[in-house]
Amino acid sequence: MIRSTTDRLFDGAIIAALVLIGLLMLFPFYYVFVVSFTSPVEYLRKGLVLLPEQWTLTSYRYLLSNNVFIKATGVSAFLATAGTALSLLVTAGGAYALSRKRLQGRRTLLILILMTTLFNPGLIPPYLLVRELHLINSIWALILPVLTSGWYVILMKGFFESIPDELEEAAKIDGASDIGIFWRIILPLSLPSLAAFGLFYAVAYWNTFFFAVLYINKPDLRPLQIVLQQLLIDNSSSSSGEFANQLSGEIQIPTDTLKMAAIMISTGPILLVYPLLQKHFAKGVMVGSIKG
Amino acid sequence: MDLQVQQNRTAAPHTNQRSRLKTIGRGLIRDRALYLIASPMLLYFLIFKYVPMWGVLIAFKNYTPFVGFMKSEWVGLEHFYRFFSNEAFILLLRNTLAINFLNLALFFPLPILLSLMLNEARREWIKRTIQSIIYLPHFLSWVVIAGITYLLLSTSDGIINKLLAAAGFAKFDFLTNESVFWLLLTFQSIWKEAGWGTVIFLAAITSVDPQQYEAARIDGAGRLRQMWHVTLPAIRNVIIILLILRVGHMMDVGFEQVYLMMNGAVSNVADVFDTYVYRSGIQQAQFSYSTAVGLFKSIVGVILVVITNRLAKKFGEDGVY
Repeated sequence: MIRSTTDRLFDGAIIAALVLIGLLMLFPFYYVFVVSFTSPVEYLRKGLVLLPEQWTLTSYRYLLSNNVFIKATGVSAFLATAGTALSLLVTAGGAYALSRKRLQGRRTLLILILMTTLFNPGLIPPYLLVRELHLINSIWALILPVLTSGWYVILMKGFFESIPDELEEAAKIDGASDIGIFWRIILPLSLPSLAAFGLFYAVAYWNTFFFAVLYINKPDLRPLQIVLQQLLIDNSSSSSGEFANQLSGEIQIPTDTLKMAAIMISTGPILLVYPLLQKHFAKGVMVGSIKG
Repeated sequence: MDLQVQQNRTAAPHTNQRSRLKTIGRGLIRDRALYLIASPMLLYFLIFKYVPMWGVLIAFKNYTPFVGFMKSEWVGLEHFYRFFSNEAFILLLRNTLAINFLNLALFFPLPILLSLMLNEARREWIKRTIQSIIYLPHFLSWVVIAGITYLLLSTSDGIINKLLAAAGFAKFDFLTNESVFWLLLTFQSIWKEAGWGTVIFLAAITSVDPQQYEAARIDGAGRLRQMWHVTLPAIRNVIIILLILRVGHMMDVGFEQVYLMMNGAVSNVADVFDTYVYRSGIQQAQFSYSTAVGLFKSIVGVILVVITNRLAKKFGEDGVY
């Protein structure tokens, strides 16, 4: 194919612009990454570090020997694993039943679920409900109220509808029950979709912050984001700043390198899973929404 | 089953009703396993979505936890009147709308522009790499985003101010400055979500028939004209739908973002409906009053969606529903 000069110029300009945008978006990550590995002494001396003379793990070592930080990471890890597993099961189960056209009351149920995506009762009624259920200061307050979502159910239902009916019929003839079909045929076939939604749920649970502000006062149940907020943002106020002070006070390293290491640790799991699941998420989500 | 229903229609209304119930009953029994699989989800929506919708009624009561939901006395629209006559109302409305209009003007077009650019990138590996980079911030928590913002922009240690100082400029106070607070939020949203916003547009673009580009090329259209006359019309419907949803959220501002970025110096421009509800409801325990504020917000949101959807249909677009 013959390409005109304007075409080639156009290509060049697009690529250049995209690369520039990519670098701009990447810079904050790069800076956090580099400073987190800089020795506190060097950071204090130079003030501006774009490439450390020496890479050290000092900040990481201090953070990972801190009890508060470890405990909070444990809480978030529990939320991200147990919460995600439960959410996937509940969402997939509901979405599968609703994807069967023969189900009585299917339309009514779908409309009732759609309504919940349109109207939001606000902050206070759900808060009072959680209080009435005696879930304050319970880890379940961070899981049950966000167990599934109307949007995800509808998207996943679209995905299940794209699986041909003949498969179900064939399994039925072979004597499989509805639950057997769901568990042994439908779920394994839906792995890309489950991976995508699993990632979304896991990230949401790992990033749980506001619900913990609302529902959790017990120090032992604080998830990672709460501790991060105290370390990263709140260190001006006296009450919660004590965590940052306690950390930097006993260990003599500038809180900036500590903070950056904390950001790295808290985003680490996401950075690890992300490339594995990335190829699935566009596909898993789109099947239901655009073409379905 | 359909046949049976048809036959029933011709029968007398009395038997019709009874056998219809029978059909429904038979369906319930036949599909009991499906209902069982769906029951956790149904219970979830019942308890955590529909009970709070009912709970919204405390906006019209004087709810006190000791007396309980049922026995608290009705007060009609008293809480709404109190809110509308409160001077905070105008301030909250101004801040909420200002932040959302800035988002609409600066943030909303960016994912569209980005996906057009990504679509035109002819080197597959560059496209993939850029996509991976710009999707990533979407998965970070607001705590981390706010933390990074503080680390980059603080007057004492922020790298931006260090660079400004090194270049001989005066340091700029980004974080406690009323005049840039709204812009700061917008830039945060852009960094976090603009890349992720391209997912849906890129998916819509893949459904374009390549022959259309062929035809446009034969008619002498350059790359820009193909973009304008083929790609853009192809995603127009998605743009309209997202615009409607966005307008429906005109009264919402991401709570976590504002909560984390708010400080004493900027509270005048930072306070929005959600932070106000949190303060008056959770911290001061004015449950009924805060529920009324939240309800007002939700109702305006629903009305906005309905209106924009109507408008979109009037202009011949698909709309959300």
